Amino acid sequence: MGLTQQSMGFYFLKEILKEKAVSSEDIIIALAGNPNTGKSTLFNRLSGLNQHTGNWPGKTVSSAQGVFYHKEKKFVVVDLPGTYSLFPNSVEEEVARDFICFGSPKVIVVVVDATCLERNLNLAMQILELCNNVVICVNLIDEAERKGIKIDLAALSRHLGVPVVGTNARDGVGLDELKDAVYQIAMGNMISIPYKITYDDEIEEAIRILQPSIEKFINCVIDSRWIALRALEGDYNLFSAFKYFLNYDLTISEELQQNLIKIKKQFNLSDDICRDKIVENILKEIEKISSKVITYNLNPYSMLDRKIDDIVTSKLFGIPIMIIFLAFIFWLTIKGANIPSEILASAFDYLEQHLSKLLIFFGVPSWLYGILIHGVYRTLAWVVSVMLPPMAIFFPLFTLLEDLGYLPRIAFNLDNFFKKANAHGKQALTMCMGFGCNAAGVIGCRIINSHRERLIAILTNNFVPCNGRFPTLITLSSMFFAYNAGALQSMAAALIVMLGVLLSVCLTLFFSKILSNTLLKGLPSSFTLELPPYRKPLLGRILVRSLFDRTLFVLSRAIYVAAPAGAVIWLMANTYSGSKTVLHHVSMLLDPLARLIGLDGFILMSFILGLPANEIVLPLLVMSYTAQGALVELADLNAMKQLFIDNGWTWLTALCTMLFVLNHWPCSTTLLTILKETKSLKWTFLAFLIPTLSGILICFILNQTVRFLCLI
Amino acid sequence: MAQTLPLHLLKPGSLARVKELKAKGNLRKRMLDLGLIKNTIVESLRRSPSGDPTAYQIRGAVIALRSEEASKIIVELVK
Repeated sequence: MGLTQQSMGFYFLKEILKEKAVSSEDIIIALAGNPNTGKSTLFNRLSGLNQHTGNWPGKTVSSAQGVFYHKEKKFVVVDLPGTYSLFPNSVEEEVARDFICFGSPKVIVVVVDATCLERNLNLAMQILELCNNVVICVNLIDEAERKGIKIDLAALSRHLGVPVVGTNARDGVGLDELKDAVYQIAMGNMISIPYKITYDDEIEEAIRILQPSIEKFINCVIDSRWIALRALEGDYNLFSAFKYFLNYDLTISEELQQNLIKIKKQFNLSDDICRDKIVENILKEIEKISSKVITYNLNPYSMLDRKIDDIVTSKLFGIPIMIIFLAFIFWLTIKGANIPSEILASAFDYLEQHLSKLLIFFGVPSWLYGILIHGVYRTLAWVVSVMLPPMAIFFPLFTLLEDLGYLPRIAFNLDNFFKKANAHGKQALTMCMGFGCNAAGVIGCRIINSHRERLIAILTNNFVPCNGRFPTLITLSSMFFAYNAGALQSMAAALIVMLGVLLSVCLTLFFSKILSNTLLKGLPSSFTLELPPYRKPLLGRILVRSLFDRTLFVLSRAIYVAAPAGAVIWLMANTYSGSKTVLHHVSMLLDPLARLIGLDGFILMSFILGLPANEIVLPLLVMSYTAQGALVELADLNAMKQLFIDNGWTWLTALCTMLFVLNHWPCSTTLLTILKETKSLKWTFLAFLIPTLSGILICFILNQTVRFLCLI
Repeated sequence: MAQTLPLHLLKPGSLARVKELKAKGNLRKRMLDLGLIKNTIVESLRRSPSGDPTAYQIRGAVIALRSEEASKIIVELVK
């Protein structure tokens, strides 16, 4: 494995610094803050970029950068991962700490959540102790108001000694004031004198003793008082960062070490006691300030949130509601996708006739005509007409759940199962990310601190079906289990997809358990999960974002891959070796294995050719079936079903194919991401092997059992 | 003297005041980050459908802790 958590942190930071590529004129500002304070929303607002946001902690796992102009100055904004303190607890938090300490941003904007100001001020105070160039951005000010929380921003600014700006980033309120404040600090027009905490006598005395030996060593690059505090707490992680970024190895300063030992003996302090005292002092200070600047008219954990949580996480209804939610989403998708799919298919058909005429008019040779129309065009048409409608319905619905803040509730409901599988609680979150995109889920595993649990989460992420695989599941399920659908039958189709999802979650847990008992032995490490307040989603933005960011992204990726793949299939179907086509030979080669697991050679081949993008598996399959025999008109799902049946499909074939969709190798993007994240071929290979073997085994058992029992 | 107990035994719906953190190292740091120091008021909100973890209200935020972690926080009941 050979990769420590530390080296990972440095690696990611290097990535950020490298990408930044700014001129000396540019003003670098960093956005820091607790998880889920709306940093990413603010970032998007400032930079005009569309970084994906979501109402759950840990959404930003790597730092994004954007640019904005204010008063003819160029500002480069770096959106840091959310962190609770400058004491990093995972790789992504380390990135935030390192950037604040060593990235020398001109201004640090600390984003705090107005609805939970007291807790958020903890990080703000820690940053104020370290730097002067800070602007506090009190975000979600509208939400706080709704919850009956009033914050006296001017008083807060007086107490903290730095500019404080109230914003509602979602609606763009307060952004100009924020930019002004950042500008003033960056240009040195405003000198801030941040509030520094005075600690208990013994801590202050200890700082006084330590400071000279630190200053001797590091020439005031970083506040020596702050370093003294960290030395008292025994923050060794920070010391190795010093060594890495500044080439100062504080651990070799004998004077410092001796002083530390002396002090700890004299005052009877340990690392933990120091840390306790320091935090206690900070929190007491915050309590004092809060009592002067915040007035609560209501309990911040609002009655409405409480009531919703009472229901969606209740013992009786929690899990059923979760299942019903998902099933309802699938049902809507299945129900809604039929008609647009048919319209698109006939539109493409119409277009094809005209394209053909055009090509024939220009006298295009027949082989080129074949590649272009029967290969490339038809595959593209299929990808779009089969995949676009379910995506355009499914993604906005999923994004809606994400925005509401429902995902952490899922993690809360399911956590016990993950604990029993000896996995990390946050794996429930990375699993949910996998429903969107497995590659994103794998990157998301950075929020997991323990190396062992992080690998488990990475290796099992592929078990949950991603955006690219859902449409295949939905199409097959509606074709074979619900066509000619009355309401009841499409419910059946939704139920089947739902069962598939449940199975994928069970498989995730099962393989996590196996991994933690074999290759990655260990016990679950500690974790805390924040359940953020529910947020009112912006329907318009959800639509736009899920359509453009997800649907079009997934679709365009599918199209890039589908066009060449369609050409390959057509060539294979039209190149003869002996009396049979190459396509036939290849599929016959795969056929024996495929038959064992309830598929056929063509299906298996489509899966293999679909390695770059799972979205194209079904279109490729249709292509290779139609390329075999006479071309059939594929006006709708019914025709497609007929094509499949003509090629020997039964409900068992459909079921085995669906199971294989759930359980097979990750797409190439995900594999590359795993390689990048683990930096190990061995784990990448394992990530390939585990779901593949699982898929082969499950399909084999199902297929053989059904045949043995003569159910078919 | 009010009765002291580990946090995971606190019944949902009741309030308690933190008396002592038994956690060490990283977990202790994390708890301090969340604002769990002596005399912090914690409300036990509800258990997960599968019995664990439990959600607590700590300084205005809702945080779920597994029983292993919560058992390392000693609290006393608040009337």
